[in-house]
Amino acid sequence: MHELAICQALIEQVEDLARDNHAVSVETIWLQVGPLSGAEIPLLEHAYPLAAAGSIAENANLVIDTMPVRVHCKKCGEESEASTNRLICAVCGDYHTKLISGDEMVLSKLEFDK
Amino acid sequence: MCDTCGCNVTHSNAHLVTDKGKLARTEDGRQAITVLQNLLTENDRQAVHNRQHFDKQSILAINLMSSPGAGKTALLEATIDGLADEFSIAVIEGDLETENDAQRIRDKGVPALQISTGSACHLDAHMVHDALHHLDLNGVDIVFIENVGNLVCPASFDLGQHRNITLLSVTEGDDKPAKYPVMFRAADLILLTKSDLLEVIDDFDPQQAEHYVRQLASEAPVLQLAARRKIDIDSWLDWLRDEVMAQRERRINNLSLRPNIQPEGAALHSADKYHHDDHDHHHQHTHSHRHSPS
Ligand SMILES: Nc1nc2c(ncn2[C@@H]2O[C@H](COP(=O)(O)OP(=O)(O)OP(=O)(O)O)[C@@H](O)[C@H]2O)c(=O)[nH]1
Ligand SMILES: [Mg+2]
Ligand SMILES: [Zn+2]
Ligand SMILES: [Zn+2]
Repeated sequence: MHELAICQALIEQVEDLARDNHAVSVETIWLQVGPLSGAEIPLLEHAYPLAAAGSIAENANLVIDTMPVRVHCKKCGEESEASTNRLICAVCGDYHTKLISGDEMVLSKLEFDK
Repeated sequence: MCDTCGCNVTHSNAHLVTDKGKLARTEDGRQAITVLQNLLTENDRQAVHNRQHFDKQSILAINLMSSPGAGKTALLEATIDGLADEFSIAVIEGDLETENDAQRIRDKGVPALQISTGSACHLDAHMVHDALHHLDLNGVDIVFIENVGNLVCPASFDLGQHRNITLLSVTEGDDKPAKYPVMFRAADLILLTKSDLLEVIDDFDPQQAEHYVRQLASEAPVLQLAARRKIDIDSWLDWLRDEVMAQRERRINNLSLRPNIQPEGAALHSADKYHHDDHDHHHQHTHSHRHSPS
Protein backbone atom coordinates (compact mmCIF):
# COMPACT_ATOMS: atom_id res chain seq x y z
CA MET A 1 0.00 0.00 0.00
CA HIS A 2 2.07 2.85 -1.29
CA GLU A 3 -0.37 4.54 -3.62
CA LEU A 4 -0.32 7.85 -1.77
CA ALA A 5 3.45 8.05 -2.25
CA ILE A 6 2.90 7.35 -5.96
CA CYS A 7 0.20 10.02 -6.20
CA GLN A 8 2.46 12.53 -4.47
CA ALA A 9 5.18 11.81 -7.01
CA LEU A 10 2.56 12.23 -9.75
CA ILE A 11 1.50 15.63 -8.41
CA GLU A 12 5.11 16.81 -8.35
CA GLN A 13 5.47 15.84 -11.99
CA VAL A 14 2.18 17.48 -12.91
CA GLU A 15 3.15 20.69 -11.12
CA ASP A 16 6.46 20.81 -12.98
CA LEU A 17 4.73 20.27 -16.32
CA ALA A 18 2.04 22.81 -15.52
CA ARG A 19 4.68 25.39 -14.63
CA ASP A 20 6.66 24.68 -17.80
CA ASN A 21 3.51 25.16 -19.85
CA HIS A 22 2.28 28.23 -17.98
CA ALA A 23 -0.96 26.51 -17.05
CA VAL A 24 -3.35 28.11 -14.59
CA SER A 25 -5.12 24.89 -13.73
CA VAL A 26 -4.93 21.24 -14.62
CA GLU A 27 -8.16 19.83 -16.00
CA THR A 28 -7.51 16.17 -16.64
CA ILE A 29 -4.71 13.76 -15.87
CA TRP A 30 -4.51 10.52 -17.81
CA LEU A 31 -2.60 7.58 -16.41
CA GLN A 32 -1.83 4.19 -17.84
CA VAL A 33 -1.60 1.55 -15.17
CA GLY A 34 -1.04 -2.15 -15.71
CA PRO A 35 -2.08 -4.83 -13.23
CA LEU A 36 1.59 -5.79 -12.84
CA SER A 37 2.74 -2.29 -11.95
CA GLY A 38 2.33 -2.87 -8.24
CA ALA A 39 -0.20 -0.06 -7.95
CA GLU A 40 -3.86 -0.77 -7.36
CA ILE A 41 -6.14 1.47 -9.41
CA PRO A 42 -8.88 1.88 -6.77
CA LEU A 43 -6.24 2.80 -4.20
CA LEU A 44 -4.71 5.33 -6.59
CA GLU A 45 -8.14 6.84 -7.09
CA HIS A 46 -8.66 7.08 -3.35
CA ALA A 47 -5.24 8.50 -2.64
CA TYR A 48 -5.19 11.00 -5.50
CA PRO A 49 -7.38 13.72 -3.94
CA LEU A 50 -5.29 13.68 -0.78
CA ALA A 51 -2.11 14.21 -2.76
CA ALA A 52 -3.69 16.79 -5.05
CA ALA A 53 -5.18 18.95 -2.31
CA GLY A 54 -3.79 22.46 -2.50
CA SER A 55 -1.95 21.82 -5.76
CA ILE A 56 -2.61 23.14 -9.24
CA ALA A 57 -4.25 19.79 -9.98
CA GLU A 58 -6.61 20.03 -7.02
CA ASN A 59 -9.71 19.92 -9.21
CA ALA A 60 -8.40 17.78 -12.01
CA ASN A 61 -10.14 14.68 -13.23
CA LEU A 62 -8.04 11.57 -12.94
CA VAL A 63 -8.58 9.14 -15.80
CA ILE A 64 -6.84 5.80 -15.46
CA ASP A 65 -6.52 3.46 -18.42
CA THR A 66 -6.00 -0.14 -17.37
CA MET A 67 -3.39 -1.67 -19.63
CA PRO A 68 -3.73 -5.25 -20.84
CA VAL A 69 -1.29 -7.95 -19.80
CA ARG A 70 0.48 -9.14 -22.96
CA VAL A 71 3.57 -11.23 -23.51
CA HIS A 72 5.94 -11.87 -26.38
CA CYS A 73 7.10 -15.48 -26.61
CA LYS A 74 10.85 -15.97 -26.96
CA LYS A 75 10.24 -19.50 -28.20
CA CYS A 76 7.66 -19.14 -30.96
CA GLY A 77 7.76 -15.37 -31.44
CA GLU A 78 4.03 -14.85 -31.03
CA GLU A 79 2.33 -12.21 -28.96
CA SER A 80 -0.57 -13.15 -26.74
CA GLU A 81 -2.82 -12.08 -23.91
CA ALA A 82 -1.84 -13.35 -20.47
CA SER A 83 -2.98 -12.97 -16.88
CA THR A 84 -1.08 -11.50 -13.95
CA ASN A 85 0.01 -14.79 -12.45
CA ARG A 86 0.15 -16.81 -15.65
CA LEU A 87 2.53 -15.07 -18.01
CA ILE A 88 3.01 -18.00 -20.34
CA CYS A 89 2.62 -18.01 -24.11
CA ALA A 90 -0.99 -18.64 -25.10
CA VAL A 91 0.16 -20.07 -28.43
CA CYS A 92 2.81 -22.61 -27.50
CA GLY A 93 2.60 -22.70 -23.70
CA ASP A 94 6.24 -21.82 -23.07
CA TYR A 95 7.15 -19.72 -20.04
CA HIS A 96 10.11 -17.99 -21.67
CA THR A 97 8.19 -14.83 -22.42
CA LYS A 98 8.80 -11.13 -22.15
CA LEU A 99 6.15 -8.83 -20.82
CA ILE A 100 5.29 -6.22 -23.44
CA SER A 101 2.38 -4.60 -21.64
CA GLY A 102 0.88 -4.74 -18.19
CA ASP A 103 3.45 -3.22 -15.83
CA GLU A 104 2.96 0.41 -16.82
CA MET A 105 2.62 3.12 -14.24
CA VAL A 106 2.74 6.09 -16.52
CA LEU A 107 1.53 9.66 -16.75
CA SER A 108 0.33 9.60 -20.33
CA LYS A 109 -1.46 12.87 -20.97
CA LEU A 110 -2.28 16.15 -19.33
CA GLU A 111 -4.98 18.68 -20.17
CA PHE A 112 -4.80 22.15 -18.66
CA ASP A 113 -6.10 25.69 -18.92
CA LYS A 114 -3.78 28.51 -19.76
CA MET B 1 -0.38 3.74 10.76
CA CYS B 2 0.76 3.91 7.20
CA ASP B 3 0.51 7.57 6.25
CA THR B 4 2.04 7.53 2.80
CA CYS B 5 0.05 4.84 1.16
CA GLY B 6 -3.56 5.83 1.04
CA CYS B 7 -4.53 3.16 3.56
CA ASN B 8 -6.07 5.97 5.56
CA VAL B 9 -8.53 6.85 2.85
CA THR B 10 -11.64 4.83 3.47
CA HIS B 11 -15.03 4.71 1.86
CA SER B 12 -16.42 6.73 4.72
CA ASN B 13 -13.99 9.61 4.49
CA ALA B 14 -13.31 9.57 0.78
CA HIS B 15 -16.09 12.06 0.02
CA LEU B 16 -14.17 14.68 1.99
CA VAL B 17 -11.38 14.53 -0.51
CA THR B 18 -13.11 13.53 -3.73
CA ASP B 19 -15.86 16.14 -3.72
CA LYS B 20 -14.95 18.34 -6.62
CA GLY B 21 -18.27 19.09 -8.24
CA LYS B 22 -17.94 22.82 -7.67
CA LEU B 23 -15.63 23.63 -10.48
CA ALA B 24 -17.05 25.39 -13.53
CA ARG B 25 -15.12 24.57 -16.61
CA THR B 26 -14.87 26.31 -19.93
CA GLU B 27 -13.50 24.99 -23.17
CA ASP B 28 -11.46 28.13 -23.76
CA GLY B 29 -7.74 28.04 -23.75
CA ARG B 30 -7.55 24.39 -22.88
CA GLN B 31 -4.54 22.47 -23.98
CA ALA B 32 -3.47 18.85 -23.85
CA ILE B 33 0.02 17.42 -23.89
CA THR B 34 1.22 13.87 -24.15
CA VAL B 35 3.73 13.03 -21.45
CA LEU B 36 4.41 9.30 -21.11
CA GLN B 37 6.54 9.55 -18.01
CA ASN B 38 6.92 6.91 -15.36
CA LEU B 39 5.20 8.01 -12.17
CA LEU B 40 8.22 7.14 -10.08
CA THR B 41 10.69 8.98 -12.31
CA GLU B 42 12.06 10.98 -9.40
CA ASN B 43 12.63 7.86 -7.30
CA ASP B 44 14.19 6.12 -10.29
CA ARG B 45 16.56 9.04 -10.87
CA GLN B 46 17.71 8.83 -7.27
CA ALA B 47 18.09 5.07 -7.61
CA VAL B 48 20.36 5.49 -10.62
CA HIS B 49 22.47 7.83 -8.54
CA ASN B 50 22.62 5.34 -5.66
CA ARG B 51 23.70 2.63 -8.07
CA GLN B 52 26.52 4.88 -9.25
CA HIS B 53 27.67 5.19 -5.64
CA PHE B 54 27.79 1.42 -5.36
CA ASP B 55 29.42 0.92 -8.74
CA LYS B 56 32.08 3.51 -8.11
CA GLN B 57 33.24 1.56 -5.10
CA SER B 58 32.74 -1.81 -6.71
CA ILE B 59 30.10 -2.71 -4.15
CA LEU B 60 27.41 -5.30 -4.78
CA ALA B 61 24.05 -4.02 -3.51
CA ILE B 62 21.32 -6.49 -2.67
CA ASN B 63 17.72 -5.77 -1.76
CA LEU B 64 16.07 -8.38 0.46
CA MET B 65 12.30 -8.52 0.34
CA SER B 66 9.73 -10.80 1.96
CA SER B 67 6.63 -10.83 4.09
CA PRO B 68 7.23 -9.95 7.76
CA GLY B 69 9.19 -12.61 9.59
CA ALA B 70 10.19 -14.74 6.60
CA GLY B 71 13.75 -14.75 7.89
CA LYS B 72 15.58 -11.81 6.28
CA THR B 73 17.58 -10.89 9.37
CA ALA B 74 18.29 -14.54 10.17
CA LEU B 75 19.58 -14.94 6.62
CA LEU B 76 21.88 -11.95 7.09
CA GLU B 77 23.18 -13.36 10.38
CA ALA B 78 23.99 -16.70 8.77
CA THR B 79 25.51 -14.96 5.76
CA ILE B 80 27.78 -12.85 7.94
CA ASP B 81 28.89 -16.00 9.78
CA GLY B 82 29.59 -17.69 6.46
CA LEU B 83 31.32 -14.87 4.58
CA ALA B 84 32.84 -12.50 7.14
CA ASP B 85 36.31 -13.90 6.45
CA GLU B 86 35.97 -13.33 2.71
CA PHE B 87 34.05 -10.10 2.30
CA SER B 88 33.42 -6.86 4.07
CA ILE B 89 29.68 -6.43 4.59
CA ALA B 90 27.45 -3.51 5.55
CA VAL B 91 23.71 -3.56 6.14
CA ILE B 92 20.96 -0.99 5.73
CA GLU B 93 18.01 -1.97 7.89
CA GLY B 94 14.49 -1.04 6.90
CA ASP B 95 12.96 -2.08 10.19
CA LEU B 96 11.26 1.25 10.71
CA GLU B 97 9.89 0.71 14.18
CA THR B 98 12.69 -0.78 16.24
CA GLU B 99 16.47 -1.02 16.34
CA ASN B 100 16.23 -4.77 16.88
CA ASP B 101 17.33 -5.96 13.46
CA ALA B 102 20.19 -3.45 13.24
CA GLN B 103 21.33 -4.53 16.70
CA ARG B 104 21.30 -8.21 15.67
CA ILE B 105 23.60 -7.32 12.76
CA ARG B 106 25.92 -5.19 14.91
CA ASP B 107 26.18 -8.04 17.39
CA LYS B 108 27.87 -9.91 14.54
CA GLY B 109 30.44 -7.14 14.22
CA VAL B 110 29.03 -5.74 11.00
CA PRO B 111 28.02 -2.07 10.58
CA ALA B 112 24.27 -1.65 10.29
CA LEU B 113 22.43 1.56 9.61
CA GLN B 114 18.85 1.82 10.68
CA ILE B 115 16.48 3.75 8.45
CA SER B 116 14.02 5.20 10.87
CA THR B 117 12.30 7.85 8.85
CA GLY B 118 9.64 7.16 6.33
CA SER B 119 6.59 5.18 5.66
CA ALA B 120 5.84 1.91 7.32
CA CYS B 121 5.45 -0.02 4.13
CA HIS B 122 8.48 0.34 1.87
CA LEU B 123 11.89 1.90 1.43
CA ASP B 124 12.55 4.37 -1.37
CA ALA B 125 15.70 5.49 -3.12
CA HIS B 126 15.94 8.74 -1.17
CA MET B 127 15.96 6.98 2.19
CA VAL B 128 18.66 4.60 0.98
CA HIS B 129 20.72 7.50 -0.35
CA ASP B 130 20.58 9.17 3.04
CA ALA B 131 21.66 5.95 4.67
CA LEU B 132 24.55 5.59 2.24
CA HIS B 133 25.96 8.91 3.35
CA HIS B 134 25.92 7.75 6.95
CA LEU B 135 27.75 4.53 6.27
CA ASP B 136 31.47 4.13 5.80
CA LEU B 137 31.58 2.29 2.50
CA ASN B 138 35.34 2.15 2.25
CA GLY B 139 36.44 -1.34 1.35
CA VAL B 140 32.92 -2.72 1.59
CA ASP B 141 32.14 -5.56 -0.84
CA ILE B 142 28.45 -6.14 -0.23
CA VAL B 143 25.69 -3.84 0.99
CA PHE B 144 22.53 -5.62 1.98
CA ILE B 145 19.35 -3.62 2.19
CA GLU B 146 16.76 -5.36 4.34
CA ASN B 147 13.50 -3.93 3.08
CA VAL B 148 10.34 -3.58 5.13
CA GLY B 149 8.53 -6.89 5.58
CA ASN B 150 5.80 -6.54 2.97
CA LEU B 151 5.09 -8.48 -0.22
CA VAL B 152 3.44 -5.55 -2.01
CA CYS B 153 4.90 -2.05 -1.70
CA PRO B 154 8.69 -2.61 -1.81
CA ALA B 155 8.49 -4.15 -5.29
CA SER B 156 7.63 -0.81 -6.86
CA PHE B 157 10.63 1.18 -5.66
CA ASP B 158 14.06 0.89 -7.23
CA LEU B 159 16.64 1.58 -4.53
CA GLY B 160 19.75 1.40 -6.67
CA GLN B 161 20.42 -2.25 -5.91
CA HIS B 162 21.90 -4.69 -8.41
CA ARG B 163 19.90 -7.68 -7.33
CA ASN B 164 16.53 -8.37 -5.77
CA ILE B 165 16.09 -11.38 -3.56
CA THR B 166 12.67 -12.47 -2.42
CA LEU B 167 12.37 -14.82 0.54
CA LEU B 168 9.41 -17.15 0.93
CA SER B 169 9.26 -19.12 4.16
CA VAL B 170 7.72 -22.55 4.02
CA THR B 171 5.11 -21.56 6.59
CA GLU B 172 3.54 -19.07 4.19
CA GLY B 173 2.09 -21.42 1.59
CA ASP B 174 3.60 -22.46 -1.72
CA ASP B 175 1.17 -20.38 -3.77
CA LYS B 176 2.54 -16.99 -2.63
CA PRO B 177 4.20 -16.35 -6.03
CA ALA B 178 0.77 -16.62 -7.68
CA LYS B 179 -0.78 -14.31 -5.12
CA TYR B 180 1.98 -11.68 -5.24
CA PRO B 181 3.13 -11.77 -8.86
CA VAL B 182 4.61 -8.27 -8.84
CA MET B 183 6.92 -9.11 -5.96
CA PHE B 184 8.02 -12.50 -7.21
CA ARG B 185 8.47 -11.30 -10.78
CA ALA B 186 10.93 -8.71 -9.43
CA ALA B 187 13.18 -11.35 -7.86
CA ASP B 188 16.55 -12.32 -9.35
CA LEU B 189 16.75 -15.11 -6.80
CA ILE B 190 14.10 -16.73 -4.66
CA LEU B 191 14.97 -18.32 -1.35
CA LEU B 192 12.59 -20.80 0.24
CA THR B 193 13.45 -20.25 3.89
CA LYS B 194 12.95 -22.21 7.11
CA SER B 195 13.27 -25.45 5.16
CA ASP B 196 13.87 -27.27 8.47
CA LEU B 197 10.14 -26.85 9.03
CA LEU B 198 9.18 -28.71 5.84
CA GLU B 199 8.78 -31.91 7.80
CA VAL B 200 6.03 -30.36 9.91
CA ILE B 201 4.51 -28.13 7.23
CA ASP B 202 3.62 -31.02 4.98
CA ASP B 203 1.53 -29.10 2.47
CA PHE B 204 4.33 -26.82 1.29
CA ASP B 205 5.67 -28.30 -1.93
CA PRO B 206 8.91 -26.56 -3.04
CA GLN B 207 8.38 -27.80 -6.60
CA GLN B 208 4.91 -26.29 -6.64
CA ALA B 209 6.35 -22.99 -5.41
CA GLU B 210 8.87 -23.08 -8.22
CA HIS B 211 6.12 -23.94 -10.70
CA TYR B 212 4.24 -20.79 -9.68
CA VAL B 213 7.44 -18.79 -10.15
CA ARG B 214 7.87 -20.16 -13.70
CA GLN B 215 4.27 -19.24 -14.46
CA LEU B 216 5.42 -15.65 -13.96
CA ALA B 217 7.88 -16.13 -16.82
CA SER B 218 10.69 -15.92 -14.29
CA GLU B 219 13.90 -17.86 -14.72
CA ALA B 220 15.16 -16.84 -11.29
CA PRO B 221 16.86 -19.69 -9.44
CA VAL B 222 14.91 -21.05 -6.49
CA LEU B 223 17.03 -22.24 -3.58
CA GLN B 224 15.90 -23.67 -0.29
CA LEU B 225 17.68 -23.24 3.02
CA ALA B 226 17.30 -22.92 6.78
CA ALA B 227 19.40 -19.98 7.88
CA ARG B 228 18.79 -20.47 11.59
CA ARG B 229 20.02 -24.06 11.41
CA LYS B 230 22.66 -23.32 8.76
CA ILE B 231 21.15 -26.03 6.58
CA ASP B 232 21.78 -25.90 2.81
CA ILE B 233 23.25 -22.41 2.92
CA ASP B 234 26.23 -23.27 0.72
CA SER B 235 24.53 -22.73 -2.62
CA TRP B 236 23.28 -19.36 -1.39
CA LEU B 237 26.80 -18.37 -0.32
CA ASP B 238 28.15 -19.55 -3.68
CA TRP B 239 25.53 -17.49 -5.50
CA LEU B 240 26.70 -14.45 -3.52
CA ARG B 241 30.37 -15.13 -4.21
CA ASP B 242 29.62 -15.31 -7.94
CA GLU B 243 27.67 -12.07 -7.76
CA VAL B 244 30.50 -10.24 -5.97
CA MET B 245 32.92 -11.41 -8.67
CA ALA B 246 30.51 -10.42 -11.42
CA GLN B 247 30.15 -6.96 -9.90
CA ARG B 248 33.92 -6.52 -9.74
CA GLU B 249 34.15 -7.51 -13.38
CA ARG B 250 31.43 -5.07 -14.34
CA ARG B 251 33.37 -2.35 -12.50
CA ILE B 252 36.48 -3.12 -14.52
CA ASN B 253 34.46 -2.92 -17.72
CA ASN B 254 32.61 0.18 -16.62
CA LEU B 255 29.26 -1.60 -16.71
CA SER B 256 26.34 -1.52 -14.38
CA LEU B 257 23.44 -3.84 -13.73
CA ARG B 258 19.87 -3.34 -12.76
CA PRO B 259 17.72 -6.08 -11.31
CA ASN B 260 16.21 -8.24 -14.01
CA ILE B 261 12.79 -6.73 -13.88
CA GLN B 262 11.79 -3.32 -12.71
CA PRO B 263 8.13 -2.47 -12.50
CA GLU B 264 7.73 0.05 -15.25
CA GLY B 265 6.23 0.40 -18.66
CA ALA B 266 8.02 -2.10 -20.81
CA ALA B 267 7.18 -0.09 -23.90
CA LEU B 268 8.80 3.02 -22.49
CA HIS B 269 11.92 1.37 -21.26
CA SER B 270 13.17 -0.95 -23.92
CA ALA B 271 16.78 0.00 -23.13
CA ASP B 272 19.25 -2.73 -22.33
CA LYS B 273 19.54 -3.72 -18.73
CA TYR B 274 23.27 -3.33 -19.16
CA HIS B 275 24.42 0.17 -19.79
CA HIS B 276 27.66 2.04 -19.74
CA ASP B 277 28.05 4.46 -16.92
CA ASP B 278 30.16 7.52 -16.82
CA HIS B 279 31.80 6.92 -13.50
CA ASP B 280 33.29 10.34 -13.35
CA HIS B 281 29.98 12.04 -13.80
CA HIS B 282 29.15 14.97 -11.60
CA HIS B 283 27.34 13.69 -8.59
CA GLN B 284 24.49 16.04 -8.23
CA HIS B 285 23.86 15.96 -4.53
CA THR B 286 21.06 18.34 -4.13
CA HIS B 287 20.95 17.63 -0.41
CA SER B 288 17.36 18.53 -0.33
CA HIS B 289 16.60 14.87 -0.02
CA ARG B 290 12.99 14.24 0.38
CA HIS B 291 12.52 11.43 2.80
CA SER B 292 9.14 9.96 2.42
CA PRO B 293 6.43 12.39 1.59
CA SER B 294 4.13 12.83 4.54
N1 LIG C 1 12.76 -22.82 12.09
C1 LIG C 1 13.35 -21.75 11.57
N2 LIG C 1 13.01 -20.53 11.98
C2 LIG C 1 13.62 -19.46 11.41
C3 LIG C 1 14.58 -19.60 10.39
N3 LIG C 1 14.97 -18.38 10.00
C4 LIG C 1 14.29 -17.51 10.77
N4 LIG C 1 13.48 -18.15 11.62
C5 LIG C 1 12.62 -17.56 12.66
O1 LIG C 1 11.65 -16.74 12.07
C6 LIG C 1 11.40 -15.59 12.90
C7 LIG C 1 11.62 -14.33 12.11
O2 LIG C 1 12.95 -14.27 11.64
P1 LIG C 1 13.63 -12.92 11.21
O3 LIG C 1 14.99 -13.25 10.70
O4 LIG C 1 13.53 -11.92 12.30
O5 LIG C 1 12.67 -12.51 10.02
P2 LIG C 1 12.61 -11.12 9.21
O6 LIG C 1 12.17 -11.44 7.85
O7 LIG C 1 13.89 -10.41 9.38
O8 LIG C 1 11.47 -10.36 10.01
P3 LIG C 1 11.03 -8.80 9.85
O9 LIG C 1 12.29 -8.00 9.71
O10 LIG C 1 10.29 -8.51 11.11
O11 LIG C 1 10.14 -8.74 8.64
C8 LIG C 1 12.36 -15.71 14.08
O12 LIG C 1 11.69 -16.29 15.15
C9 LIG C 1 13.42 -16.64 13.54
O13 LIG C 1 14.06 -17.38 14.56
C10 LIG C 1 14.91 -20.94 9.97
O14 LIG C 1 15.76 -21.16 9.10
N5 LIG C 1 14.27 -21.96 10.58
MG1 LIG D 1 14.23 -8.44 9.98
ZN1 LIG E 1 0.68 0.70 3.05
ZN1 LIG F 1 5.11 -19.36 -27.78
